[in-house]
Amino acid sequence: MIDYPLLAFSAFSTIAILGSLMVIFKKNPVASAFALVAVFFSFAGLYALMSAHLVAALQILVYTGAIMVLFVFVIMLLNQDRPVEDFKSSSGIFKLLSGIAVSGFVFALVKVALLARSLTPRGDMTEEKISELGGNVKAIAESLFSDHVLQFEITSFLILAAIVATIALAKRKAHSGRGHS
Amino acid sequence: MSSLEPMMMFIKIGIVLAGLLATVPIMLFVERRGSALMQNRLGPNRMGPFGLFQAACDVIKFIFKEDRAPGHVNKFYYTIAPWVAVIPAFMTFAVIPFAGSLTLDGTTTHFQIANLDVGVLYCFSIASLGVYGIIMAGWASNNHYSLLGSLRSSAQMISYELTLGLSLVGLMMVFQSVKLGDIVFEQGETLFTLGAIAVPKWGIFIQPVGFLLFLVSVFAETNRLPFDLPEGESELIAGYHLEYGSMRFALFMMAEFINMAVASALITTLFFGGWQLLPFFSVLVSHVQSLGLIPDPNLVEVIFQGLSFIIKVAFWMWFFVWVRWTLPRFRFDQLMNLGWKVLFPVGLLNVLVTGFLIYKGVL
Repeated sequence: MIDYPLLAFSAFSTIAILGSLMVIFKKNPVASAFALVAVFFSFAGLYALMSAHLVAALQILVYTGAIMVLFVFVIMLLNQDRPVEDFKSSSGIFKLLSGIAVSGFVFALVKVALLARSLTPRGDMTEEKISELGGNVKAIAESLFSDHVLQFEITSFLILAAIVATIALAKRKAHSGRGHS
Repeated sequence: MSSLEPMMMFIKIGIVLAGLLATVPIMLFVERRGSALMQNRLGPNRMGPFGLFQAACDVIKFIFKEDRAPGHVNKFYYTIAPWVAVIPAFMTFAVIPFAGSLTLDGTTTHFQIANLDVGVLYCFSIASLGVYGIIMAGWASNNHYSLLGSLRSSAQMISYELTLGLSLVGLMMVFQSVKLGDIVFEQGETLFTLGAIAVPKWGIFIQPVGFLLFLVSVFAETNRLPFDLPEGESELIAGYHLEYGSMRFALFMMAEFINMAVASALITTLFFGGWQLLPFFSVLVSHVQSLGLIPDPNLVEVIFQGLSFIIKVAFWMWFFVWVRWTLPRFRFDQLMNLGWKVLFPVGLLNVLVTGFLIYKGVL
């Protein structure tokens, strides 16, 4: 009997790691963005393996389907004829230092992850309880709009403020641009 | 879990894949002859009766044509782009129920590949992946027209996906679920009766505005006229698939037709009762059951449910062709204005009104 979840996990995690490396090493920004899409998609696969179907669907819907499309759009629009930058010319000591820094960060990250697992208690949501509540979507929606409704509203307010600020900035630029011409 | 269950799973997947693949040549025929009909032409009519074999000839031509890629393309992305377009198109169908349930030897089979918890959200998320095929193709082709096509495609996708999602919020509020199986099941109820006619609780009767918004955005999502700006042959020659030939081009065409099939199936499932029997079909079902040609009465029902689903989907596929050859293409700024300044606010308003009506207890 083949262990399908393990097989899927290996496939998705391999794609995620290779994709992340490609995001860093690809010289063309659009290719990097496409690699990032693959990374997000495999993350969604990993979430789905953990039976977090809603998180998986939202991961694809929001990150892969909306944010990355916007990223690719902006990169393609702005970055047309810029020559590919060459990072190989940096000095040896810089390479050494950055190598040490990166491995230090990875080490710290693993340490923090292990520490966090022992510090934060596991929630009371087991798979049985979720199905009792009527599935992932219902469970999350109910908790979001009852226990955490204040945080939810504050977040949406912050996003609204960000939208207004963006429009204000863009309009001011457009206005001053007209003034010069 | 009995031994029947995995077998039924394979049968279901087989039905869906075969059905989707079969729509491609059928739609090829319908689109060409249908457009000819509307424009007072003949269309391809030489191969076989009514030109029915033209599609088969085209497939043979596509397969045996020399597969050459221009020298200036980005090879890797150029090669995978058609697949990125076509695979999500197939995947989307996985959550759409195409018939009721059948009980054989104590095993109940629901005719839906996966009744996911997230239901229609899965459809949206997978459908949103398909745009990468178009973006990749346009970018990898290293051609200004193609790049413009993929830029348009991404802008269009972002704008219309919002409305697409928003148009269904009202429906989800009424049915209290995002599971497509539940939504279809609830649409079997009767909304009200007009004399002898029982009006079913179909999505279109409860959410007419939501239906219109969904219909318009789905045209934009499937890149069909009047919203086929990424292709726009009069301005961009062929847009994103300008540099593609032979089977690779055929894959893009396949993706378009399958996306159309999925979109029609979604319209049917969400707004027209899915596999619920067409009005006059219940009489037919009892008639066939009384004939006793098929021993299992449950099986008769399932067959007619599948048939109802296919008829409804076929109507909407025809609607896509109908609209394509009726309306002229939009200009890009008109498309953006329509999306952001008309459809999006109307969608928000629809959610608000639906919420109010549910609060008042009307819906």
